[in-house]
Amino acid sequence: MTSPILIIGIGNPSRGDDALGPLMIERLETLNLAGVELLTDFQLQVEYALDLQGRRRVIFVDAAVNGPEPFSFEPVGPEQDTSYSSHELSPAAVLHTCEKLYGPPPEARILAIRGYRFDLGAPPSPAALANLDAACRRLLAEIA
Amino acid sequence: MSFDLETAEHPENLRRVAIEPLSRVEGHGKVTLLLDADNHVRQARLHIVEFRGFEKFVQGRPYWEIPVMVQRLCGICPVSHHLAACKALDQVVGATRVTPTADKLRRLMHYGQILQSHALHFFHLASPDLLFGFDSDLGKRNIVGLIAEYPDLARQGVLLRKYGQEVIRVTAGKRVHGTGSVPGGVNKNLSREERDALLKDAYQIIAWSRDAVHLVQRLFEQNLALYNEFGSFRAHSLNLVRADGAMDLYHGGLRARTADGKTLFDHVDYNNYWDHIYEEVKPWSYMKFPYFREIGPDEGWYRVGPLTRVSQCDFIPTPLADKERQAFLAYDGGRPAAATLGTHWARMIEMLHSAEMIKDLLHDDDVLGDDLMVTGERQGRGVGVIEAPRGTLIHHYRVDDNDQVIRANLIVSTTHNNQAMNEAIRAVARKHLDGHELTEGLLNHIEVAIRAFDPCLSCATHAMGKMPLRVELIDVEGREVDRLTRSGDGTCA
Repeated sequence: MTSPILIIGIGNPSRGDDALGPLMIERLETLNLAGVELLTDFQLQVEYALDLQGRRRVIFVDAAVNGPEPFSFEPVGPEQDTSYSSHELSPAAVLHTCEKLYGPPPEARILAIRGYRFDLGAPPSPAALANLDAACRRLLAEIA
Repeated sequence: MSFDLETAEHPENLRRVAIEPLSRVEGHGKVTLLLDADNHVRQARLHIVEFRGFEKFVQGRPYWEIPVMVQRLCGICPVSHHLAACKALDQVVGATRVTPTADKLRRLMHYGQILQSHALHFFHLASPDLLFGFDSDLGKRNIVGLIAEYPDLARQGVLLRKYGQEVIRVTAGKRVHGTGSVPGGVNKNLSREERDALLKDAYQIIAWSRDAVHLVQRLFEQNLALYNEFGSFRAHSLNLVRADGAMDLYHGGLRARTADGKTLFDHVDYNNYWDHIYEEVKPWSYMKFPYFREIGPDEGWYRVGPLTRVSQCDFIPTPLADKERQAFLAYDGGRPAAATLGTHWARMIEMLHSAEMIKDLLHDDDVLGDDLMVTGERQGRGVGVIEAPRGTLIHHYRVDDNDQVIRANLIVSTTHNNQAMNEAIRAVARKHLDGHELTEGLLNHIEVAIRAFDPCLSCATHAMGKMPLRVELIDVEGREVDRLTRSGDGTCA
């Protein structure tokens, strides 16, 4: 049975604060949340449109190179994205793909956690991990 | 060695146009063009970031961590790095021959990776250019336009990609960051339920893959002169082949042929790749330029990938794909098989081959077996070579007595194709850009040529706030006179 809530952590665990998305998923996995499916990947692609089907809510968790600290948590809707030459799609583009191929997508939000350094092999920065703590609390309150 | 249009004689007198995707982490690809006062192209270069930093990163790590770590090289083909590393480290743990179950499960994983990667590239990255035109409306030339005008095709692309991902999930254990392959073998087999679930859709996947081959053929038929010419050039070739000359994307010996079809070397043990392949450094690029030692740096560069593999193997060991290979090689006197855009046709033939291989492997009860691992006499060095979606991938490690990696050398497909991609953009610059004013449509011609190689321009990272493309026109005194920006959402201004 499809879980009503899907949380997708986006990022590369080996590139400093880019790991914030996958780290969020690791934390949530330890909690065994009912009705919540957790996924993680380096980036989004078209097949994620299939994962959105039959959900009530989807939350994309990603590191942010700029924007508010410690995080932003904003709704996102389907939107045409023409950056097709890239190997990655934005959350809005995945929602749009889902809408066009399979019907109305679920309600969606982006949890964008502010990061600061993205060097290959670097561990997450202390400041970003503090932002992750705050974002995790917000997320758990949201899905409680 | 400097090639035609590689280095202008008096660059100080020329305008510089940079096609530069910007990223907060690592550069993706960048093309620079130097134009004279009449917009004639005097220099064209493609620069791509390489993975030298990652080679340093894995040094000092225990060897058994490497198959998981190297997946973080690339979010696009992590399985290829996973398997190439395991093949190299098989040698380190003395597993000169893994069990039939391990071999077939790794192959299944690999063909799942080829299938999903080729499907993504063709259906969602390349086909909008091919179906709508290279300089068609930018707002239409994308996946959304594809969904609007070719919804069934777009759905097939999604489902092909998803099927390949599912093959990876059941063989690697996870959708991403899988651990299925380990030095010496694999750590899980397939359950009957997993096998049966995949088999249920295998024949549909084969049918859609064959349709995709025929779609590319129709595209060639509709615009044969352009497709045969666009970005094309003569090149030597490198690929793996099976002992009997068959296409084998997982394992084999190295075959190199010259541009005029003569065999340079064949069935070479890839442990000795260094005897035949050397990497040249050029001051204007971070990425090295590999070449055949037998020919030398001036003329020894070569091409890898689907076009090379399909045209240089003796046959494809699955019936439908081999039939399509023969048709491809015979079409129009063989010109598409030497054309840059012929890469799309070859790529779809490989997708069909992968679909057939997946079906055959799922019917083989060895994938359900329990004999997963072997070990042998410990070695200090290992080389693993695999045909990744984009071409030959080499992993080479040295491991000390404390099990730590002390040296790593990776030659990825995009590096092998470095000079070849430069030749492609120069061919396009000469034919389509020379003497013309800069427009988005013309610049896209450059991208179409690069995209045929499906280079791994996307590093394995992602975050909000990226700006994928900026083009600047700078006059001889360094002043910016024009700018074209493609923002993160794809809009141009």
